[in-house]
Amino acid sequence: MKRIFEILEDDARATPEQISTMLGIPVSKVEEAIKKAEQARAILKYKTIIDWPKLGKEEVWALIEVRVTPQRDRGFDAIAERIYSFPQVYSAYLVSGTYDLAILVRVKNMQEVSSFVTEKLAPLEDVQSTVTHFFLRRYKADGEITEPPEEFKRLPITL
Amino acid sequence: MSRIKSAPAKPFDSFICQKVDGISPSGIRKFFELLSSTEGVVSLGIGEPDFVTPWHIREAAIRSLQQGYTMYTSNYGLLELRKELAKYFELHYGLSYDPQREILITVGTSEGLDLSMRATLNPGDEVIIPDPCYVAYSPCIVLAGGVPVTVPTTSENDFIIKASDIEPRITKRTKIILIGYPSNPTGAVMSRGELNEIAELAQQYDLLVISDEIYARLVYGVEHTCFAGLPGVREQTILLGGFSKSYAMTGWRIGYVVANNQFIEAMTRIHQYTMLCTPIMAQMAAIEALKSGEDDIEMMVKEYDKRRRVMVKGFNDIGLPCFEPKGAFFTFPSIENTGMTSEEFSEKLLMEEKVAVIPGSAFGQCGRGFIRCSYATPLANIEEALKRMGKFVNKHRKSRG
Repeated sequence: MKRIFEILEDDARATPEQISTMLGIPVSKVEEAIKKAEQARAILKYKTIIDWPKLGKEEVWALIEVRVTPQRDRGFDAIAERIYSFPQVYSAYLVSGTYDLAILVRVKNMQEVSSFVTEKLAPLEDVQSTVTHFFLRRYKADGEITEPPEEFKRLPITL
Repeated sequence: MSRIKSAPAKPFDSFICQKVDGISPSGIRKFFELLSSTEGVVSLGIGEPDFVTPWHIREAAIRSLQQGYTMYTSNYGLLELRKELAKYFELHYGLSYDPQREILITVGTSEGLDLSMRATLNPGDEVIIPDPCYVAYSPCIVLAGGVPVTVPTTSENDFIIKASDIEPRITKRTKIILIGYPSNPTGAVMSRGELNEIAELAQQYDLLVISDEIYARLVYGVEHTCFAGLPGVREQTILLGGFSKSYAMTGWRIGYVVANNQFIEAMTRIHQYTMLCTPIMAQMAAIEALKSGEDDIEMMVKEYDKRRRVMVKGFNDIGLPCFEPKGAFFTFPSIENTGMTSEEFSEKLLMEEKVAVIPGSAFGQCGRGFIRCSYATPLANIEEALKRMGKFVNKHRKSRG
């Protein structure tokens, strides 16, 4: 069953029929497994990875290190929720090390990052400090290399 | 006064030795020329992984170059590599080989094949091989002075070579049984039981078995049986293996021979004078492959397995009966019901639909009526090829009425 989701993770457009052929299991079994995973939110969403700058749309990514004060009952969860609920936040992780939350933001321009940090994030009472790192260049995202090296030509036939 | 001639007076042919002259160029050379002059071809003719060597393996080779590992190694190959191989055989097959005396690192499995023939054959000695089989078997036997004796295999038997078909072909001159399973071109895999019968035969007639197990790691839903691990035949088995297929390392040219010390010594005598040693960078890469390449194999096998099922189903759906191959990365569908020979089929398919496949006849008489199709190519290519082939088969079936 794990292999159904490996195929889908690599290609969200793979149909149950195709997956059934690839794995040699009945279509109905594949459909059932997918439905169950969707209901359990094991499949969160079907998305497409887009390299926006190639389509002429600029975007700005930043990683913000956030130090926070944990709450007595809920630890980091409550403050994390207040932060990740902002639509600017693309990903949010609780991390070990010198800061607590790693926040990845994706916005239209630098101005938006700065207003997000100064107006939304920093003023939260449990936020002690923030350090913002702007991304200068994207080499690999979601497991995909953005500029893959030139394809080598294999011999079209070999015995 | 010196005379400058543009060519020798005798015909060039007379300079070429008879043995080489007798070897016909690969049957698909004409086909290859046709292919290289055609645009937009989807090729199912590829005999190597479509993956690039995993990064950690390439990285290990780069590091070794930076550190200055650019020298000769022992004729046998780096001891560290031989030790890793010994561990590998212990782990996978419970077989113990002495890395000092029973392992030789070769320039691809191809060199191992050549060495094993040259080290054992006297003129006229006979070598039993399956038909169809890998294209190099017969020429390597002939070049070493031996005589290939083919044993027909059929799609009804899933292209395995049967001990009962071998036995009647054994003569006083028979010295070797040369087998290669999983098979290129058919994708056939032999079970432990079937191999055991051959092992018994080898013992009964005192024959040497050379087992080409280059595709050992590419099996689907079945287990590969290492011939040397069968009861009683370790000492009379020469095992050929390599890194090309399991770790996608074809261009590195690195393989190995594992056998009793007497055989390894004999082969090393040839290897030391003709090759000296396998390139050190390839050996460094191979060490890394053995140490941490298992996940890569698992990933590639999963990927091949998906494509394999898509291809087999695809061929059966378009009316080209295809037995289910359990190894390597080839399918071997029958094209007999199109009324064409394998060559006609392959040539017309290339010209009319721009799909390249290899005529089965390139691999022996018994390959007639079949084509070899490789799934070492992305799924999208396979699906496109199947679409075009479906159209092709349909058209020709109609035109025959």
